[in-house]
Amino acid sequence: MKDVGRHPRIKLMTLSEVEDVSGYVGNFNVKVRRKARYVREADCTACGECATVCPVNKYNEYEVGLATRNAIYIPFPQSIPSSYVINMADCLSKDVITCNKCVEKCQKRCIDFDMRDEIVELKVGAVVVATGMDVYDPTRLDEYGYTRFQNVVTSLELERLINAGGPTGGHLVRPGDTKAPKRIGFIQCVGSRSHNRGNPYCSNICCMVTIKNSLLIKEHYPDTEITVFYIDIRAFGKGFEDLYERSKREGVRYVRGLPEHIEEDPSTGSLRLKVENTTAGCIEEHELDMVVLAVGLEARKDGDKIRHLLSLSQTSDGFLAESHPKLMPVDAPTRGVFLAGCVESPKDIKDSVTQASAAAARAGVILSSDKIKLDAAIAVVDKEKCTFCELCVQVCPYSAISASKQNKIAAHVTEAMCAGCGSCAAECAFGAISLRHFEDAQYMAQIEAALAENPQDTAIVFACNWCSYAAADLTGTSRLQYPPNIRIIRTMCSARVNEKFVMQAFKLGAPVVLVSGCHLADCHYMAANRSTVKRMDRLWSRLERLGIRPERLQLEWMSAAEGQKFARVMAELDERRSKVTPEEIEQTRKALEAADKKKVA
Amino acid sequence: MADEIRIGVFVCECGLNIAGFLDCGEVRRYAEGLENVVVSTVNRYTCADPGQQEIKKKIRELNLNRVVVASCSPRLHEPTFRTCVAEEGLNPYLVDMANIREQCSWVHSTDRKAATEKAKDIVRIAVARARLLKPQKENEIPVTDAVLVIGGGIAGIQASLDLANAEHMVYLVEKQPSIGGVMAQLDKTFPTMDCSI
Ligand SMILES: Cc1cc2nc3c(=O)[nH]c(=O)nc-3n(C[C@H](O)[C@H](O)[C@H](O)COP(=O)(O)OP(=O)(O)OC[C@H]3O[C@@H](n4cnc5c(N)ncnc54)[C@H](O)[C@@H]3O)c2cc1C
Ligand code: SF4
Repeated sequence: MKDVGRHPRIKLMTLSEVEDVSGYVGNFNVKVRRKARYVREADCTACGECATVCPVNKYNEYEVGLATRNAIYIPFPQSIPSSYVINMADCLSKDVITCNKCVEKCQKRCIDFDMRDEIVELKVGAVVVATGMDVYDPTRLDEYGYTRFQNVVTSLELERLINAGGPTGGHLVRPGDTKAPKRIGFIQCVGSRSHNRGNPYCSNICCMVTIKNSLLIKEHYPDTEITVFYIDIRAFGKGFEDLYERSKREGVRYVRGLPEHIEEDPSTGSLRLKVENTTAGCIEEHELDMVVLAVGLEARKDGDKIRHLLSLSQTSDGFLAESHPKLMPVDAPTRGVFLAGCVESPKDIKDSVTQASAAAARAGVILSSDKIKLDAAIAVVDKEKCTFCELCVQVCPYSAISASKQNKIAAHVTEAMCAGCGSCAAECAFGAISLRHFEDAQYMAQIEAALAENPQDTAIVFACNWCSYAAADLTGTSRLQYPPNIRIIRTMCSARVNEKFVMQAFKLGAPVVLVSGCHLADCHYMAANRSTVKRMDRLWSRLERLGIRPERLQLEWMSAAEGQKFARVMAELDERRSKVTPEEIEQTRKALEAADKKKVA
Repeated sequence: MADEIRIGVFVCECGLNIAGFLDCGEVRRYAEGLENVVVSTVNRYTCADPGQQEIKKKIRELNLNRVVVASCSPRLHEPTFRTCVAEEGLNPYLVDMANIREQCSWVHSTDRKAATEKAKDIVRIAVARARLLKPQKENEIPVTDAVLVIGGGIAGIQASLDLANAEHMVYLVEKQPSIGGVMAQLDKTFPTMDCSI
């Protein structure tokens, strides 16, 4: 931490937040608000005299409320920068009455109430997002009585209670009566692995946090009886199983089963719980002096701002989505942005550090080059044809397009921001915007070629390069078999599939058409496939209006790993294809031709 | 005729991976009959050096301006063949691939006739696309050698130090009055059981 404070090439800005980001890879313009500290960082020696005279006592965030702090304070002794700060919301001098006690006390005269927020503008080539996570707040889980019962604490509070630098000087006492607890229970998976209480995923760290804490307690207070209630213990990392085994050897008892709820004996502050020990197959009753809730990790509640500023997306668990879960695990979908630490998923320190070094290396690849090449397959506008309708602007997941209906300004694509999904090209009704190298005419030619011979035997499949096309490849590498009547047309994203491609296929006699893309939360182009859904809905109603069975058009989400699913979907598709009669195909052709004529007339 | 489309179709046997399950010769003959196709050859391993030399030779000798490689998935070897044609002076975007391995020979390995018919279709589709391919230019943009790191927990600290030590300018932005994040609140940490800060 200290190295960061004194590194000549690191400009540290604390009490600061990113307010605005514009630009693109290699060339981001960033506005940062540096909030006033009211203490001159460079001059403060952290002597602490000021705090001794401050009359204010407030919730101490660092000690998670187990201690108080003054309005002028240093978050913790080793803070970087090593400087006090005034929380103006707490300070008495903000009102008419001026307290000024700290100013009078500070010999170095580094307190300055006239400091104001500052906006700093930066130019950077890459961004690393490392905003971390929230620790789950179990107040919501009334059954465990957290905040109602004083001796029910979270694992984070326990960290402070056993820390030599913490509010008790490292003496483990229970908050209710400051007595040393003799019987301690840990409840695992609090806020994790549950569909109705907290989050459905495993938080990854809390088993090890409990094992660690059980060992630390045993080290200092060997007589303490420790019981851990768990679903299963996940000690998967290097050296983790050793610690688990050691904890068991030290006498920590592991009981498989989670208690339903906790009761308090108000006279003693002790806690009672009943649990079904699923290994022994019996109900156990426990009386404990203190219960520690092994709380999980969750996505930051205030994370949306950064997410929107950088056009990032989130997975269904709320953490930030990476470009590819296996092959691009630290690249964000916006080029030039990288993810590190718990902002991407719950993880421990080692994994956070590993990912941070990976993100630094990936960012370094960009920063070390004078110039970077952009993929040529991006959107281009034919300004003559543009009617300023702004539809393309609305479907672009990267905010790469600007246009103005009001001022009649034609669409403009910022090339470096375009990732090439082609959703805009599929949306434009005037053919004014197209995707280089993946043009409408090329797709129409492919569809025509696919249906040139025996169209009645041909099923047309539009497959997204990143998921279903990859799944089709995997089907091959796994040597799974499916009917040979399938003709696959590759698109970079399912959102590239223009409605007219589908109609063209039906017009040329395709019995069935399938559009496939990545699972909704996994779109390679943020959420471009949401446009696919809208287009499919429009197509289905259009088919219905034309008297064409909507079942002949299918939408499937698939991941690159779902080769088996691909084979199955193809078999089912071919089954459906075989049921479409030549008469039906002929009827469709006529209906579509008639509709075309009507449009012309 | 400067803008006459001249396509070469290179059918790959991929050892027996393709040739074992479909008739590459028949696919080649079929390809040669397609409009704008000037030549089609069968190669044992098109991605290997002799295969690539063959493509380059044909581009040179026959003035090809489009190349279709009927072999494996573009996800695997499109970059290979783009580089190959570029070395012969052809714009790399004038290549298309017909995926007759992952999406044909391997998935219809019990029906040689059907696989051969499908491979012909796949080649026909690729040729139809190749006719309309245009040369593309990859634009270059300059890079500012500085990085913004948002968040000063252990992850932000590590990323900042690595980047700064690699001679890049780092702006580390932290919301709180101190860096450190959650780790600064911890006592001892697993797996080493030592202090966190
Ligand atoms: C109780 C408990 C015990 C643990 N024990 C261990 C252990 O023993 N061993 C172990 O390996 N791991 C342990 N962990 C996990 C460890 O804490 C995390 O792996 C680590 O803190 C993740 O670091 P991070 O940098 O990703 O996130 P954080 O530590 O959350 O840091 C994120 C930083 O970003 C800042 N920030 C957030 N938003 C913004 C914004 N918009 N602008 C600017 N700054 C912002 C935050 O203020 C914070 O400083 C424990 C976790 C808990 C909860
Ligand atoms: S790490 Fe352990 S305690 Fe935490 S959610 Fe996963 S299984 Fe439950």
